[in-house]
Amino acid sequence: MISIKDMSKKPVRLTEGHRLCAGCAEPIVAKQILLATDKPVVVANATGCFEVSTSGFPQSAWEVPWIHTAFATAASTISGVEAAYHSLRRKGKINEDIRFLAFAGDGGTYDIGFQALSGAIERGHQFMYVCMNNEAYMNTGIQRSGATQRGASTTTSPSGEHIPGKREFPKDLTKIIAAHKLPYAAQASPHNWKDLISKAAKGFEANGPAFLNIIAPCPRGWRYDSADTIQMAKLSVETGMWPLYEYENGKWNLTGETKRIAEGKMERRPLIDWLKAQGRFRHLLDPANKAVVDDIQENLDADWDELLRLTKL
Amino acid sequence: MKRLAMNGDQAIALSWKQIDPDVVASYPITPQTIIVETYAEYVANGEVKTEYVCSESEHSSMSMCIGASAAGARSATATASAGLAYMWEMLYIAASMRLPVVMTVANRALSGPINIHCDHSDSMGARDSGWIQIYAENVQEAYDNSIMSFRIAENMDVRLPVMNCLDGFIVTHAIESMAPLEDDVVKKFIGDYEAIHPLLDVKSPHSHGPFDMPEYYYEHKYGQQMAMENALDVIRKVSEEYAEISGRKYDFIECYRCEDADYVAISIGSTAGTMKQVVDDLREEGHMVGSIKLRLFRPFPFEDVAKMLNGRKGVAVLDRAMSFGASAPLFADVRSATFDNDSRSPTFSYIYGLGGRDVGVEDLKRVYYDMENGTAETVNYLGVKL
Ligand SMILES: Cc1ncc(C[n+]2csc(CCOP(=O)(O)OP(=O)(O)O)c2C)c(N)n1
Ligand code: SF4
Ligand SMILES: [Mg+2]
Repeated sequence: MISIKDMSKKPVRLTEGHRLCAGCAEPIVAKQILLATDKPVVVANATGCFEVSTSGFPQSAWEVPWIHTAFATAASTISGVEAAYHSLRRKGKINEDIRFLAFAGDGGTYDIGFQALSGAIERGHQFMYVCMNNEAYMNTGIQRSGATQRGASTTTSPSGEHIPGKREFPKDLTKIIAAHKLPYAAQASPHNWKDLISKAAKGFEANGPAFLNIIAPCPRGWRYDSADTIQMAKLSVETGMWPLYEYENGKWNLTGETKRIAEGKMERRPLIDWLKAQGRFRHLLDPANKAVVDDIQENLDADWDELLRLTKL
Repeated sequence: MKRLAMNGDQAIALSWKQIDPDVVASYPITPQTIIVETYAEYVANGEVKTEYVCSESEHSSMSMCIGASAAGARSATATASAGLAYMWEMLYIAASMRLPVVMTVANRALSGPINIHCDHSDSMGARDSGWIQIYAENVQEAYDNSIMSFRIAENMDVRLPVMNCLDGFIVTHAIESMAPLEDDVVKKFIGDYEAIHPLLDVKSPHSHGPFDMPEYYYEHKYGQQMAMENALDVIRKVSEEYAEISGRKYDFIECYRCEDADYVAISIGSTAGTMKQVVDDLREEGHMVGSIKLRLFRPFPFEDVAKMLNGRKGVAVLDRAMSFGASAPLFADVRSATFDNDSRSPTFSYIYGLGGRDVGVEDLKRVYYDMENGTAETVNYLGVKL
């Protein structure tokens, strides 16, 4: 693992001057990912905050070849680019050793782009897919997605007199992706950049498709102060709401704080710390909604036990 | 050139084999399946170098073709009906990114009700997507159009995707005698693919498909329109060059016994073949009739159509598709094209053959009889059972 000092000397692949909100986790995640390889990279980007904010014509924050086609199409577009690469290499028209990367939000991954992603992984294209998971459709104004937490208030799952926020739990996408039996899948968080970058480095060099699901807190959608993004990411992990782990060639490994908690070297922080920190869960602090909090706790404990069981197999 | 017997789908696959596109990404749908199956055999037998990707949907097929084309690869696909509808979002994106993707459409009715047979509702529904659209009458023409499509799409004054349409089952599955070109002749005609700012040129990074604000969007659309207009000249030149290597000369519209015809019918695809028989039969009976086959629907050859339809006693426009609540697509454009003619002809819309409804010589004769007898309505539903 190279040092942060050496990393600071690497060429910048995503420049400043983009239009993402102050405190947005997405460019932080992207920069960490792009630091994980020195090879040339081609990027495909799904529609979403990250795409619109880094590409407004005639400007672009991208110093690497980049393509956006649509919302559902990060995986299919990069599949096409990768197919072109194999074809042109076979014909001797390209000699470079190139890495292929897709960025999409949770909406573009869990929901509308899910089929394209599943297909691309099944076909075995060599690419790394990075889901920047801020747990809602932020670009269109904070609507619920298949990644939104139970109880979160969003603009399409608002907390009201009758319904206290989103009723459903998010799907466990990382495990669904792992069920494709791909070479590499992992969950990561930008607060633990060492962990994130080493996972990205593995993903880039995986012999086949790789998938990274990365928690990417959004001050607008989660309703917290924009200075606290990294704290919020950390809290997600330390409360067990976003465990750090990897699925590598069929084996499950815990990493980072999640591993330390599992080994008893660190306490798992109470769920309430995470809920209290974010405006989207404010209504859950009302004793009338205790049942929802209990439900989240129960689900969190069950998921945690299941993950520990998998890593011990 | 040796003559061979094959169906339209096999002819498309053969043209692709000779072109050997860098990437083919596709998803099966009747009546296109023989294309992707035949091509898969070429790949399996090592007869082509193409990277052949079996996508999990047509939306992804088109996205892959877009990605591959932007990456610097010549790319092709084929679909029909629901598959084309499933791509709809990506059709506009391919055109607006000015990527020369070539797609064969085996024309088939759109659902619902689900129906696998021929009509033009699928490609007509995509007529405003920014794709060039060429329609074939028979197997030979489908093959020839397929080869010309790549040259047209890739021309630097055009750079637009091309839809190469052939009638489902009627052309895709009917075996006809046709004369393919030699492989090396096709290769030479097609030439090397020239990419613009390809993604795989990693030393010169470019952004493709960025977010566009109101200050630029309109100009980008205007650019697409100019490219469509340029395409008219380019298609004409490519057809002339193609005539030199094949002996087969194609135009935007093709007229059959029109010179002295009082009554003319205009149609698209295989029906134009049947119309020749209709015209011959009627001429024998002394009727002054002719037929026009429209080969190029986008860009629409306004001038050619206007000129050919000036001063007729009657013009029937045959549409194998509807635009519910408005004029059928070909009728609308033909009427618009002829509006400023100094001797405007009475023009009648005939809807026919939807969902594969058989339309024979006798049915089509009625179109001319109606016009002669003055019984043609502005809109007519040929053969509908009421
Ligand atoms: C087919 C289609 N449906 C809907 C939209 C509108 N849309 C654009 S971005 C977006 C949400 C993006 O959410 P996500 O993928 O989570 O990315 P984020 O903006 O949160 O980073 C939606 C719904 C679209 N562009 N295309
Ligand atoms: S809304 Fe959220 S995800 Fe979107 S740019 Fe702002 S902070 Fe980032
Ligand atoms: Mg999101």
